[in-house]
Amino acid sequence: MGEPTTKIGGSTRRSEDKRFLTGQGRYTDDINMAGQTYACFVRSPHAHARINSIDTSMARDADGVLAVFTGEDLANDGIGGLPCGWQIHDVSGEPMAEPPHPLLAQGKARYVGDHVAVVIAETKQQARDAAELVDVDYDMLDAVISPAKALESGQPLVHDEVPDNRCYTWELGDSGAADEAFERAHHVTSLDLVNNRLIPNALEPRAAVASYSPGEDHYTLYTTSQNPHLARLLLSAFVLNLPEHKVRVVSPDVGGGFGSKIYPYAEEATLTWASKKIGRPIKWTAERVESFLSDAHGRDHVTRAEMALDTDGRFIGMRVDTKANLGAYLSTFASAVPTILYATLLAGQYTTPAIHARVTAVFTHTAPVDAYRGAGRPEATYVVERLVSQAARDMGLSQAEIRRRNFIPTDAFPYQTPVALNYDVGDYDATLTRAEELADVAGFEGRREEAQKRGKYRGIGYSTYIEACGLAPSNIAGALGARAGLYEAGEVRLHPTGKVTVFTGSHSHGQGHETTFAQIVSDRLGIPFDDVDVVHGDTDRSAFGMGTYGSRSLAVGGSAIVKAMDKIIDKSRRIAAHMLEAAEADIEYDDGTFRVAGTDKSLSMAEVAFSAYVPHNYPLEQLEPGLDESAFYDPTNFTYPAGSHICEVEVDPDTGRVEIVNFTAVDDFGNVINPMIVEGQVHGGLAQGIGQALLEGAVYDAESGQLITGTYMDYTMPRADDLPSFRVDTCNTPCTHNPLGVKGCGEAGAIGSPPAVIDAIIDALRPLGVTDLEMPATPLRVWQAIQDAQGRQVA
Amino acid sequence: MIPGRFEYHAATDVDDAVRLLAEHGADGKLLAGGHSLLPMMKLRFAEPAHIIDINGIADLRGIREQGKALVIGPMTTESAIIDSELLQRRCPVLPEAAQLIADPQVRNRGTIGGDALHGDPGNDHPAVLMALDAEFVIRGRKGERSESVDGFYVGPYLTALDDGELVTAIRIPTPAEGHGYAYCKFKRKTGDYATAATCCLLEMEGDTCRRVRLTLTNVGPTPLRATDAEALLTGSEPTAERIEQAAQAAMSICNPAEDLRGSPEYKTHMAGEMTRRAIHKALDRARRG
Repeated sequence: MGEPTTKIGGSTRRSEDKRFLTGQGRYTDDINMAGQTYACFVRSPHAHARINSIDTSMARDADGVLAVFTGEDLANDGIGGLPCGWQIHDVSGEPMAEPPHPLLAQGKARYVGDHVAVVIAETKQQARDAAELVDVDYDMLDAVISPAKALESGQPLVHDEVPDNRCYTWELGDSGAADEAFERAHHVTSLDLVNNRLIPNALEPRAAVASYSPGEDHYTLYTTSQNPHLARLLLSAFVLNLPEHKVRVVSPDVGGGFGSKIYPYAEEATLTWASKKIGRPIKWTAERVESFLSDAHGRDHVTRAEMALDTDGRFIGMRVDTKANLGAYLSTFASAVPTILYATLLAGQYTTPAIHARVTAVFTHTAPVDAYRGAGRPEATYVVERLVSQAARDMGLSQAEIRRRNFIPTDAFPYQTPVALNYDVGDYDATLTRAEELADVAGFEGRREEAQKRGKYRGIGYSTYIEACGLAPSNIAGALGARAGLYEAGEVRLHPTGKVTVFTGSHSHGQGHETTFAQIVSDRLGIPFDDVDVVHGDTDRSAFGMGTYGSRSLAVGGSAIVKAMDKIIDKSRRIAAHMLEAAEADIEYDDGTFRVAGTDKSLSMAEVAFSAYVPHNYPLEQLEPGLDESAFYDPTNFTYPAGSHICEVEVDPDTGRVEIVNFTAVDDFGNVINPMIVEGQVHGGLAQGIGQALLEGAVYDAESGQLITGTYMDYTMPRADDLPSFRVDTCNTPCTHNPLGVKGCGEAGAIGSPPAVIDAIIDALRPLGVTDLEMPATPLRVWQAIQDAQGRQVA
Repeated sequence: MIPGRFEYHAATDVDDAVRLLAEHGADGKLLAGGHSLLPMMKLRFAEPAHIIDINGIADLRGIREQGKALVIGPMTTESAIIDSELLQRRCPVLPEAAQLIADPQVRNRGTIGGDALHGDPGNDHPAVLMALDAEFVIRGRKGERSESVDGFYVGPYLTALDDGELVTAIRIPTPAEGHGYAYCKFKRKTGDYATAATCCLLEMEGDTCRRVRLTLTNVGPTPLRATDAEALLTGSEPTAERIEQAAQAAMSICNPAEDLRGSPEYKTHMAGEMTRRAIHKALDRARRG
């Protein structure tokens, strides 16, 4: 890598970091408005309870209290609940069960942390103190936490109108073809897998400041959203019935989302409604315990998976049966995560010809579950890669060999999988070859022997994952049940002085868009990086947007900006032709300069921009003045980042502690705009994936439904000393269908890494007879697996 | 994370703190580093009406050698203990244990007194101070008294300290020159309490173990002293077999509660493993002098 440039491909330092690192960031909780009040939500202490009555009189009389609202007040105003953004159809052909998702509980609380009432007071302290005075008369009811158990007859119902707690059963793929493959299989590998439930834990907790201006009949909501335009659309059209043009939603600096801030939540909707009721702005900032209890959780699948192989170790069929925990209510994308974003990825990087998946989505008395970094794709990768690694052991093939025998070859693209997706491009062998080199797989046996001498068991695990990013062609998404389009909007405005403001519907909450997008603009328009400003997160400034999730910002949002720049360059060419007194066809454009072909007559982009705003010598008959273009980009396909992760662990058999001694990730992200930012994204994703594999797991008490892992003491987030120095590289094949050739990198680390970690541990403990292990592989679990295996060997 | 309403008092000296404690009785809580008390208050699990802040009392800080004892002020931070050249030289097990507590931010505020006197069976100093035969110097309205650490812990969050009393010093008999020491702590991650931990202090005379202390953290309602294990090693050569027997004896007194760190069986095994490791490490150090 040469001198960092600010063009495409340069590791430009992140311009946003100046304000983040000097305490100048402006987060929602930093926003203060004149006359601001504070809200505190009263939450259910029970997992399942009937609410007989709510006595708010003591709280209303407390110092500084302005109002106390309950679900009854919302119902009286005709306020609806939170909508689900994706309709899945049951195998019966009926739409999924969609029980109401009220902002404040209506008659029943359905998980610990469910919103029951809100207290609004002059100060945060007064609101918090008065919340304790709200007297809720509950009848505690039995709760059900496990999705498998919730499906059994006689279990408590989360929603009376949803029998068996079953939201839907959904299928994908050809079950006949899959069954036929299993009938003729030489070998079948089967696994029972649990994808552990995770709590997102963004550094910044959710927060909102809502206000209403009666003079203009206008609402303003500052909130920690990954997609402010979507928040405005859903709040105005579906929740509060407000005129969309009278609502402004601003997501200022946001400190991490990982999916948990995609969805509109009860808090900001309630605040927006209540700000008009009391005629004052209202602020709410989640306490960390509230984040644990009420941010949408992730994963939580239980799966039976089988792989059919022929005598050569080729995959001939796959069957998957998954139970997905939705929690108590349908969060915005909850229904799509275990279906569209999951089962469609079960082909992985392989030519498996026949695949069938069946998914049963289940309500339980737990917090809603929705997309979390990777969203469905980590779950799919965990199923596929655990099966592949186990199949290799079953068949006596090396981890690399079984994969190479089954990779989709480079000449097979575009490749139609049996589970709906059409992969545009990839070179799976290339990333695996590079990963094996970088991981020094050749030297592994030596390292294993050396570790053995120290009493440690060393193992190596592989994961060759694929994901589908860049959501999504709107027509395909619509056919699959999406209730929104999934394009992105961008606007590029050249100012008379040649400076540029870019407006995007993508939202940056850690991704570094302000830098990456500015590099693209600087590169294409030949304008200095420092002269480009990227604006996002405000419905009054960016025309529209679908926001940031699913590693879509660059592939979709970046493409919209490129489309807008294409319009800028087209118009500029015409202006330049006029100014240079040449035919348009004779104007060549390169790196910000318009030149009459074969001459030294040229104009810079800045000169053209000046002329566009001071149109004295300008083709006014043919062209409008000004240089400001916008575009919407709707992708024609998903993008398919893929890669090879290799994990090397050492296990202390006496304690069960696992140390990750090496972790190698070689990814294919398509073209890379800023390698440093990409590497940072990979590091973050790996930390979350390794966290899932070794440490994290939300635990609810099976009887009481209390969240046992409700603080950082109990929910073990990974820390720096749990992680090695990652070995990271890319082997890129440009995406064939978007103008930048990019694929997306935000989720890859979290998607690819968990099975590599688990299989490394299984590999390490093979000499002790361990054949399976559940996530998170805590010292307790690993030690227990060793004890059980030793017990079996003795018996 | 907003605590309930409370009255804040900044004690100016020990007498003032004793007076404030007497005045507010069971409603008053001493504030040391705040890393146990404040989170409990923010969660509203604890709602003391009066907070008596003793951070301003200089007399309660510091580490000094006094005759054949080391005297540590209870308000001495974990960081100060880790950085103390005197302790590194005379009593290195204390810096070793302090280094394993929580994380740097907590260690910069958290104090040895706060850790040792809270009565949380997960805290690390109690077992270490017990192994060191330390005593607490206690002041109350009735005057001053001393209480041995061994016997001080009655149950979870229950100690021999009465309402209205505070500890003004921790007195540790200076360990013998060349003693062996180790605090082996097994935890899920940095910042966690021990799944199990063992403190071992020993003095060797040739191949014979003349004196040994073995204490355990977080495998019972209080820190535990493994006296049977000590007896197995005292006066004999600590062979691998004897060390194994001592570890088994230590395991036999464990009575841990089940939680996310593990089952009682697992925690007991980890206590055994930490005991093995602590003895070996202490022996190595004693032999190296």
